[in-house]
Amino acid sequence: MATVHVPSSLRDLTDGVAEVEIDAPTVRRLIAELDQRFPGIGERLDEGVSVSINGEILPDALYEEIPDGAEIHFLPTLSGG
Amino acid sequence: MTVTEETTTSGPGYKWVGTRPIRPDGLDKVTGKARFGADLALPGMLEGAVLRSPHAHARIVSIDTRAAAAMPGVKAIVTGADFPDPAELGGRPDEEMVAANIIARDKVLYEGHVVAAVAATSRKQAQRAAAAIEVEYQPLEHVLTVDEAMADDAPLLHPDLKTRGMDPAPEEPSNIASRISHERGDLDKGFAEADLVVERTFTTKPVHQGYIEPHAAVADAGENGRATIWCSSQGHFAMRTMTATVLGWEPSKLKVIPAEIGGGFGGKTVIYLEPLAVALSAKSGRPVRLVMDRDEVFRASGPTSGTKIRVKVGVTNDGQLTAAEAWMAYEAGAYPGSPVGAGGMTILAPYDIPNFSVEGFDVVVNKPKVAAYRAPGAPMAAFALESVLDELAAGIGMDPVELRLRNAAVEGTQASYGPKFPRIGFVETLEAIRDHDHYRAPLGPNQGRGVASGFWFNAGMNSSATVHVNEDGTMTVVVGTPDIGGSRASMGLMAAEEMGIDVAKIQSIVADTETVGFNDVTGGSRVTLATGAAVVEACRSIKADLRARAAKTWDCDIEEVEWVDGQAQHAGGGETPLSLQALARKSGRTGGPISATASLNARGVGAAFSTQVCDVEVDPETGEVTILRFTTAQDAGTAIHPSYVEGQMQGGVVQGIGWALNEEYIHDRDGRMENPGFLDYRIPVASDLPMIDTVVVEVPNPAHPYGVRGVGEVGIVPPLAAVANAIAAATGCRLVDLPMSPPRVLAAITGKADG
Repeated sequence: MATVHVPSSLRDLTDGVAEVEIDAPTVRRLIAELDQRFPGIGERLDEGVSVSINGEILPDALYEEIPDGAEIHFLPTLSGG
Repeated sequence: MTVTEETTTSGPGYKWVGTRPIRPDGLDKVTGKARFGADLALPGMLEGAVLRSPHAHARIVSIDTRAAAAMPGVKAIVTGADFPDPAELGGRPDEEMVAANIIARDKVLYEGHVVAAVAATSRKQAQRAAAAIEVEYQPLEHVLTVDEAMADDAPLLHPDLKTRGMDPAPEEPSNIASRISHERGDLDKGFAEADLVVERTFTTKPVHQGYIEPHAAVADAGENGRATIWCSSQGHFAMRTMTATVLGWEPSKLKVIPAEIGGGFGGKTVIYLEPLAVALSAKSGRPVRLVMDRDEVFRASGPTSGTKIRVKVGVTNDGQLTAAEAWMAYEAGAYPGSPVGAGGMTILAPYDIPNFSVEGFDVVVNKPKVAAYRAPGAPMAAFALESVLDELAAGIGMDPVELRLRNAAVEGTQASYGPKFPRIGFVETLEAIRDHDHYRAPLGPNQGRGVASGFWFNAGMNSSATVHVNEDGTMTVVVGTPDIGGSRASMGLMAAEEMGIDVAKIQSIVADTETVGFNDVTGGSRVTLATGAAVVEACRSIKADLRARAAKTWDCDIEEVEWVDGQAQHAGGGETPLSLQALARKSGRTGGPISATASLNARGVGAAFSTQVCDVEVDPETGEVTILRFTTAQDAGTAIHPSYVEGQMQGGVVQGIGWALNEEYIHDRDGRMENPGFLDYRIPVASDLPMIDTVVVEVPNPAHPYGVRGVGEVGIVPPLAAVANAIAAATGCRLVDLPMSPPRVLAAITGKADG
């Protein structure tokens, strides 16, 4: 089970819910599960976000495995100089 | 000076990492032998010129190239009609924006926007022909600042642009491309708990990366539908991908060969000339070279955003930050994509503040599309927050470093942008400045001291490296990340450490897109970490291979062979050790050439922090600010090549000082840039500055083989505020608008005296 922190910019789709518990083996499955609970969130997350799994920010995280008890954050995609 | 954490693996345990060999590319660069983007000349090559919009915003009614095409020496002309419609490329929205920025179609959105390009037998002929192209414009109203662009009745750059991230979604278009936000806790409660609250509004102007080498590209398109590009960039694979997208080509049809790069700082992670050069070459059947003038560099490439940031922070009398609120608007230039996202994520990141709200807006204006610039978005944000922290510290009578120490993020702190921090070295940078003799040195009349801190994420991303063992026992390290800050030497040092051989026996080269596996750009302070990890992984594969070959030679089990000090040794000691050279010479007998490749999406990125202290003297009669002394402390993780780490730290500070004191885009009422040259756009030169003292703090990143964090960007984050805080200490005036140029400082001093 992972704890997913919903960014405030997406809480219009979650009725203000900021944190949900989801059991999913990969980020892709997790987003699918989120989209089932909160229709439309999958499309918004597909528009280019990075995913933080236990503090590590990953720009290409779709197929990343999610360890049990993980803390998940969705973040804007960053560019460096 | 280096401060090393006692418990780490850094330091005397390494033989090569942490040493300072002379840079391998240095001789060619100081003797003029190195080839930069504009240096390549091919047989039959044409020279190009670009026609750019004189208007900040205008509809293109017609383009007539007939007279230009008939001029002597002209071989090809391209306009927007020669390129696929960006909306039909099928790419991501940001790729469409890149394509639209390369050459205008129905509208020009900023002065300098490309309208057409010409190839001719000489540069002068090309320039004359470009000037002879007849373009009829219908000028439109323009907007140059976030205030103008966000006004209700503002003229729109993009009639279909609707703000993302709003609830409810807007029905009407605007110049606001997107909204970002971060919140935690109870803001009202937090401010109610504060004994002192300071609120200020800050503005910064667009500033250019200011690389010395202008953009340049040579393209040679063949009749087989393929093309080769030689260009100076921060990532030739990215140049290939973006150029192919704009042209509607498959990336594999393009080969990009990297030239040496004369500075980039983020501004060479994007394309400008490459698709134009390919299109002109394809049309003319000859190689084409395009080189920007400095004027074009200013008008049409980079810069970073101008911003408006409002910050409100509360603190208790004992120095606990209780609440923070930030409103941020960043200019994106003509197309969406300002670094406001990073600005919003970094502004509070160094501190553990229980209640906060950050709201940011990405705003299009009639200026060049902004490009990445060293820690994109963070310096302006830090300017605002760190200035307010300085006022809060003074207001409660607390040392400004102590205030930061009391609220500093540490391992386990939940960052304002979400995740918890792993091991970080922010506190160590604060302590390094607090304990530095600079911090206690006496000051004279009209002098002041300021401190500020900054944060940057750093990045990992994709890297590939191939390592060959040559027959003479030397090694070649092949990477695909352009060497912009000394990475060839850093790669060599890590390879030398792994292999146990002299770094002088290792040559690192940057190879083209067909010679080495895919690499993301040299940016995000990522190369020493990510490409370094690939080099280390490839070297470890080679060591395993060498042990197997020694075992074959000695007819023993591989487990009986160790690799020590650059040679294979039999654990039992019964065999004469085999050096790398000896194994290389016999490689044909033991399995063939010795080579290994590693490709990875790097993990374990370590965040970077910097704290800086600055002394200034302010001339009360002219408002001129002189930087007297500057010390910067930065957590490098591990300094693979300390000289390059120090150089990056110093470079970031110098660019930050220029941003703070002098640099700005100045536009006239028609939206035309008035200072597109280094005479009027004033970057600091060596004679303007003292030596920038460095303290390399080493809190190794536990997730990297050598503890690397990345050092290229965070150094530019604190200087804007450090200088502003020093000026405030010297004059009693809080300056909130950059640059703090003499007229502005004088006006502040005079205003105070008048008041």
